[in-house]
Amino acid sequence: MSFWFLHGLRNGIQSSRYPASPESAPGVSSGRPVTTRFASAAEASQVAGICPSGVLIASGEVVNVDLRGCIHCQRCRFGSPQNMTWEMDYEWASMALGRNESRPFPVAYRRSLHVMVVDAGDCGACLHEVQQLNNPLYNMHRLGFFFAATPRAADVLLAVGPVSENMRGPLLKTYEAMPDPKRVIAAGTCAITGGVFGNSFMSAGGVASVLPVDLEIPGDPPPPLALLHGLLTVVGRKPPSEREPYFKKGA
Amino acid sequence: MTIPPQQVPVPDLINTGALSEIIVDRFSSKVTVDGEGIALSIDLEHSEKLADICQLLFGELDFTFGGLTVEQHPVEWHLRYLFLAPRSGWIQVVLRQPLDVTTISSVSAVIHAADWHEREAEDLFGLHFKDHPRLGDFILHDQVWQEGVAPMRKSFDPHQPHMERRPNLEWKPLLVVMDTGAFAMPVGPVYEGGIGEPIHFMLETVGEDVIRAVPRLFYNYRAVEKIAEGKAIPDALLLAERFAAKSAFAHSLAYCQAVESILRIQSPPRARRLRVLLCELERLRHHAGTIAAICSSTALAVPAAHASIIEEQLLRASCQFSGHRYLFGLNTPGGLLRDFDTFALQALRASVDDAAQQLRVLEKRLQFSSSFLDRLEEVGIVDPANAQSLSLTGPVGRASARQYDLRRDCPYADYEHYDFAVPYESEGDGYARLRVFFAEAYQSARLVQQAIELLEEGPVLHPISEWRAGAALGWAESPIGATMHWVRLDESGKIERYRIMTPSFTNWLGLHVAVEDFAFQDFPIILATFGLSATECDR
Repeated sequence: MSFWFLHGLRNGIQSSRYPASPESAPGVSSGRPVTTRFASAAEASQVAGICPSGVLIASGEVVNVDLRGCIHCQRCRFGSPQNMTWEMDYEWASMALGRNESRPFPVAYRRSLHVMVVDAGDCGACLHEVQQLNNPLYNMHRLGFFFAATPRAADVLLAVGPVSENMRGPLLKTYEAMPDPKRVIAAGTCAITGGVFGNSFMSAGGVASVLPVDLEIPGDPPPPLALLHGLLTVVGRKPPSEREPYFKKGA
Repeated sequence: MTIPPQQVPVPDLINTGALSEIIVDRFSSKVTVDGEGIALSIDLEHSEKLADICQLLFGELDFTFGGLTVEQHPVEWHLRYLFLAPRSGWIQVVLRQPLDVTTISSVSAVIHAADWHEREAEDLFGLHFKDHPRLGDFILHDQVWQEGVAPMRKSFDPHQPHMERRPNLEWKPLLVVMDTGAFAMPVGPVYEGGIGEPIHFMLETVGEDVIRAVPRLFYNYRAVEKIAEGKAIPDALLLAERFAAKSAFAHSLAYCQAVESILRIQSPPRARRLRVLLCELERLRHHAGTIAAICSSTALAVPAAHASIIEEQLLRASCQFSGHRYLFGLNTPGGLLRDFDTFALQALRASVDDAAQQLRVLEKRLQFSSSFLDRLEEVGIVDPANAQSLSLTGPVGRASARQYDLRRDCPYADYEHYDFAVPYESEGDGYARLRVFFAEAYQSARLVQQAIELLEEGPVLHPISEWRAGAALGWAESPIGATMHWVRLDESGKIERYRIMTPSFTNWLGLHVAVEDFAFQDFPIILATFGLSATECDR
């Protein structure tokens, strides 16, 4: 079976260089809409009306985006004659709503962070993108990040999904079993606002309704590099996304 | 390898009207031919005949059981038992009951595959299935909700987050094996560092072998069928493609086809061909991911890494091609939201060829990895008889000699124009499933090429101009197996009932057959070779 050893050697190192240098491979991010200026106010409000989750907010000729709630349905990208501008970046992690100061971990955590993942009602996309962090193309181990086998050994709780009622208990128990200091990351639009599942008898409409969230990584799903950016942010190796993540309606 | 005889096609019982005659003769029930994507509809007024009709369709004629759809109409319950006649189409047995009659005789004894469907209907509609061996805690977990909530009834408002609840905090899983030295190992719902899907397994053992494996699913139940009710067609589409991302395109396609058949429109030829292309791209990506999971469950690191690189490259190719890594936001009732240019198609073709080529290299080397094969061969066996009685679908069914594939048996989109094989094996073990995954991945790559070659210019969207009330069945062969979506629209074009019958739901029921009597350490491997999705099952 030595051929596997040679097979591995022959393929060489394929991991991304991020964060040392930006990742330029096409297709690493689905992109997201950004603030766009249109020719007229009528056009702007027409484009804003396309959005099924109501996160495009027209003010005059400009359409702003509440990025926390965007579900990447692409209807404002391809669905009308006038379209929003989409940016193919991936550094999306930002401070949780209402949290003004970041609470980075002590320096000792910068290159050794153990992540506990909890799937709380996710559709499989966010969870799959989290699993991709172990993919050789992303290989989060090179940055000192690991998936923890048990919450007792975890520093960060990475929760995906809108928190289904059946998972509320397991999610809380996992959080309580983690030692201090600990942080909570809500990854994916569903984990932030509830996404398409919203608030219902079976969906809590986001992790924040159950746990204190420190960091939000929007996206439906957030690509693996956005998740890496989130982990780098939580240990203070990267600043959170500079883009204003939230526009109040009518502002 | 012994090749079983080609599945004997049921002599065209349906189109010749022979089946209708038998039903009318034997059961004096009304039989109608309806156009709702269904070839034959059998009307039942009394539930006594139900078991006999099921015995005829499932036991004698070997039809596949598709699922049970419960509909609450103003004065009646309609219970729709769906069957697939090989190469002839869908047959539905519709049982009508007055609303105040909530006890129905169970068909699980005749159709094992109906077991979970009845448990689901009991939990969500508050119906009682007489003589069903195990009802109760199923979708609504007893630690969270009391029995008798019935959220799928029309009177239940899903948008009230806080209801009166009396959860049973003392709930304990049912243990089957009780003997000296026997113990149970609970696994989940948060395990493997949480990067697995939330499922709870109670593995019962007397030492080395798993005697019983009882899965407890539905941790991810988000009541998609309930919250879809009252939504407009484009809004429910968002739910259809976002409840199970690994087969998002197939599910959105089944939904769109159901809506199209209610509205009696047909998507343009170019859109149908592109839908085939995208379906096959999704299947190829899914199978590459499953192969990676199988390799990593046996701790064979290099091929696991290689297969997951192939998967990620396909995700990137999907994103470059369509704008979304999981193919969200492409399907829409009436066609596709966007068109693709020749350049993008050629780039996709190159990526798909490359992925198939790499998978071939991988398969060839895996065939010589004896320690890997030892973990898969004759492990997790589902014999063809069990696969038949549980109506197992998709690659798992095909590895147990069930040659069913909706792409060939009930062509949708424009699958009737393609030249492709439906690979199958008859051993039903883990290695057979792995071979089926590889063989299907190659077929998918071929289909992508054919679709690109056959593609003609034209529009991709037939705009929807008016709504109609009605119901229809939409179906697709998702990467995991057959998925059926039953959609009913009201006069204003809003969803009245949306029923999703997923392949994971069907196949999870069959997992215990594969796991029992195999050693503990085989469990994760058997799980990986099934390639199921919990969230698709849960909905």
